[in-house]
Amino acid sequence: MHGRPRKSSSDGGSQEKDMAKAAGLQSLQTQFFKNHHEKIYTKEALQLNAKLLEINPDIYTAWNYRKLAIKQLLESESESASIKQSLDEELRVVERALKRNLTSYGAWHHRKWVINMGYSSLDHEFQLLDQLLKADSRNFNAWNYRRFVADMKKSRDEDELKFTTKKINENFSNYSAWHNRSAILSHMLKNKYGGISAKEQEMTEEYELVRQALFTDTEDQSGWFYHLWLLGQKIAPIGPKLEMSWPCNGSQLVIDFNEQSHAYVSDFDTPFGTDHCMFSEGIPLVLHFSEPVKGVNASTVSVNSLLLQSESLVWRPISPHGLQAKTWVTLLKLPSTNFRAGETYTVQIRVADTLGIILLNGYNFACPTALNFSLDIHTMTIRSTGGNFETVPLAWEGENFSPLAIDENKFPIELHLGNLSIDGSENQENTRWQQETLDREIKVCRELLEIEMDSKWAKLTLARLLIGQDMLSDGSILRSKRKHTDEVLQLFNDLIEIDPSHAEYYKDQFSLILLDKVSSGKQNLQEYFWDSKGTGSLSNGERNKWLRLHGLSLSRLGCLDQLLWVQRLDISHNRLRSIDGLEALQLLGCLNLSHNLLANFTALGPLRQIKTLRALNIADNKIGAHTVNSTRFSFPSALNNSSISNADTTRDADEEILEISWEITIAFKGLHLRQLDIAGNPANDEKCRRLLMKTLPSLKWLDGTSVN
Amino acid sequence: MSSYTRMGELEIEKHTQFIMSVEKKKDFDSMVMEHLRMSGAYWGLTTLDLMGKLDAVNREEVVSWVLQCQHDCGGFSGNVGHDPHILYTLSAIQILALLDKLDTIDADKISAYIVGLQQEDGSFAGDEWGEIDTRFSYCAVCCLSILHRLDKIDVGKAISYVASCKNFDGGFGCTPGGESHAGQIFCCVSAFAISGALTHVDRDLLGWWLCERQVKSGGLNGRPEKLADVCYSWWVLSSLTIIERVHWIDKEKLKTFILDCQDKEHGGISDRPDDAVDVFHTFFGIAGLSLLEYPGLKPIDPAYALPVHVVDRLFFGQPH
Repeated sequence: MHGRPRKSSSDGGSQEKDMAKAAGLQSLQTQFFKNHHEKIYTKEALQLNAKLLEINPDIYTAWNYRKLAIKQLLESESESASIKQSLDEELRVVERALKRNLTSYGAWHHRKWVINMGYSSLDHEFQLLDQLLKADSRNFNAWNYRRFVADMKKSRDEDELKFTTKKINENFSNYSAWHNRSAILSHMLKNKYGGISAKEQEMTEEYELVRQALFTDTEDQSGWFYHLWLLGQKIAPIGPKLEMSWPCNGSQLVIDFNEQSHAYVSDFDTPFGTDHCMFSEGIPLVLHFSEPVKGVNASTVSVNSLLLQSESLVWRPISPHGLQAKTWVTLLKLPSTNFRAGETYTVQIRVADTLGIILLNGYNFACPTALNFSLDIHTMTIRSTGGNFETVPLAWEGENFSPLAIDENKFPIELHLGNLSIDGSENQENTRWQQETLDREIKVCRELLEIEMDSKWAKLTLARLLIGQDMLSDGSILRSKRKHTDEVLQLFNDLIEIDPSHAEYYKDQFSLILLDKVSSGKQNLQEYFWDSKGTGSLSNGERNKWLRLHGLSLSRLGCLDQLLWVQRLDISHNRLRSIDGLEALQLLGCLNLSHNLLANFTALGPLRQIKTLRALNIADNKIGAHTVNSTRFSFPSALNNSSISNADTTRDADEEILEISWEITIAFKGLHLRQLDIAGNPANDEKCRRLLMKTLPSLKWLDGTSVN
Repeated sequence: MSSYTRMGELEIEKHTQFIMSVEKKKDFDSMVMEHLRMSGAYWGLTTLDLMGKLDAVNREEVVSWVLQCQHDCGGFSGNVGHDPHILYTLSAIQILALLDKLDTIDADKISAYIVGLQQEDGSFAGDEWGEIDTRFSYCAVCCLSILHRLDKIDVGKAISYVASCKNFDGGFGCTPGGESHAGQIFCCVSAFAISGALTHVDRDLLGWWLCERQVKSGGLNGRPEKLADVCYSWWVLSSLTIIERVHWIDKEKLKTFILDCQDKEHGGISDRPDDAVDVFHTFFGIAGLSLLEYPGLKPIDPAYALPVHVVDRLFFGQPH
């Protein structure tokens, strides 16, 4: 029941009337069902049915009955005039029902079903729709039906677009009309325009139309949502691309290779300066795309080096969701023969030189990219690095940590892929048009803000446009050159004040921009470099380099492509509810997530993709504090029919509560954690600890206590 | 602070009485709803369970009535004597799951009925008469998953059809080109969730559109520039929960709005404050409060629309 006032029960008169109405309906219904079950389709029976539908158009079985009657008629009647006459009567019954209830799905479907028979004229349909949409211009069933009829009539897109213009001009708040416009325009752009100039013309007109709406009522959502879509349509500054790799382009890795143990220790350059890492199974090669892709394999990525055979490389998607991932990894294994110690070998990689890498929308990834790095190989006895956590657990904070001073001169590489796309793909003409559009729309927003200082939509859109402009002018490459970061951060701060209901949305956006700023080049990042003196656990007295983004009020992670080289990360004392995207850090060994807002083990799902992880701190989060788990469906499990196999879930007969067991499985199964800190979470009880130890057999330290 | 002074407690006892009384009503409004009694029963029973009051119901009686609504084809109708439809087949399965009585039915037969409704393009018809709607895709996927028989349909095709209904605002409509609507978005997002295909959702774009459904009163609407309505507390909130963006709305204000829609005298919840109550809005109000972690309510699963303990029993419980 919608929009009907609550009645008081003392109103006896109307109650009597109501009971009489109910009795009338009851008797119609009883007779109808008798006819239906006995398959009686006489004229009288159909009239009775029509009467029933006029009172209650939602009784779906009554529509089915009419279709059965028509089917019977078609079997016995061959004269088309007579069939048409019967079908016209059906259309009248529908019309009467719609006048009673315009949202009756059964009535609309019956009409489509009759029209699909092909006997009825379509001329009347648009007229009827005009009437109905006048009565309720937002009725989505009617709009759906209009698209159906337009399709049947083979109406031109241009004419349908004109109809939406008419409806929009009648009322700028008609979101249904804006929606339909977006659908028609998408269709036109896809099918019609080859040339970019015609497209631009079309789009410029769209901006003009939407501007009128925005200036009429700055707080009407309809125009703003459409505006946002328009921007996304043509202003998306860069198409899908390869954002980053590890090792990064132009870098050199010094490899100590032990032939007997097949272990490698590599020295490589990072923004910290030289760091090193031990790889026991091979040197990871990480590709990070701006969007999830599938089809990364030996035929779509060629790896050329005297050391390796590209065909033998197996690429693995770093994603819980099977074959689609932003991050892909393969392991480069050195052959025990075939190389000369002391020699430097170049590895050349060409990504998407041939078709086959596919985006989520089914299109081909169309930004071929080339990069290279070199391997300087030595054979020797492997130095021990990283330690093995045998003696004492790793300390997460405290006096061992000190800020790391960086020698400016020892910062050899800018961390970006540069413009490595093979065909230099950006279309100059297109970029110029995008730039003009952004400039113009930024001006529009600033004008609106002069009229209405606190328009949240104008502020939000301005922030989005400024981000777009920064990305467009530097192609997302030289982040340090971004001009608008501080203004954008200020805009989001304003929005938190103006629109407190959505404060958390703005804070999330704020976090993304802040991380973009922090990770943009060495000057900004340097502030967050620390080193810790090994306490005998992680290393043999040597110092370990940490990136510590702690205490920044981050509620969301982003820009992780800039951090692929990080091995020790501290993002504690933030407001993180999710660590989505963290799986991109394929070298990560130590992770401090303590003092965040993580609410469930399932929120830790991305960790399972980081096979290098050895020490994890999730102390003082909110695990177990909430009854609602919003990451319940985010990772493969039986719930979403995608658990890899039954054997994958820790499940045994004596486990009384399975709920927490599957959640722990999602986060940790298959990881080789040596240390886990989990104190300060409501879920941390005896049973939970028992399950954790079972799921993580390699565990050595749990909350600082040795595990036997 | 005025909203706080209006906000009262959840009237669990009154709502229980209201739900139990709906059964016996014979007024015009009840007659008009007779064809969807199966869904009405699902709403009422699930609400009772969320409030911890399912014991008020005679389970055997319910099961026997549900089974009377099953047809030879395997599908269930909205009431005895009505025609079978996928909407009511889902409600029936949800009721039996809730009561832990799925062993009373032939799961293969029901699956066969649903499988038969899938079309060449992956979409689902509601019944033999061919109406297509993403609501039916959800019904099919949810039902088959509860029956552990999702592999009986072409899931890939089912998912691409739902994905083809994605709109400019990140939302989803009934059919390709259909306008986004919070109820429809729940169906599509949940269909993705249940089949492990949430990558098809643009979480930030859709999340922003969904959190903009909250209006000044704190309530949620289903589409831009529409009035708030308690039923969207469920549809918007469950979708936001599944895509991990539920913190983007003001939960306290929404809680107040739902509680303000209670009929504190006779029980039941209405679409807006002081409107007539019904079991539909009572369910969506309480399900919404459950997602808002209202104290004393059991948690509800945002995709299967059943209490979490029921869903966990189905998927993680010991095999019978």
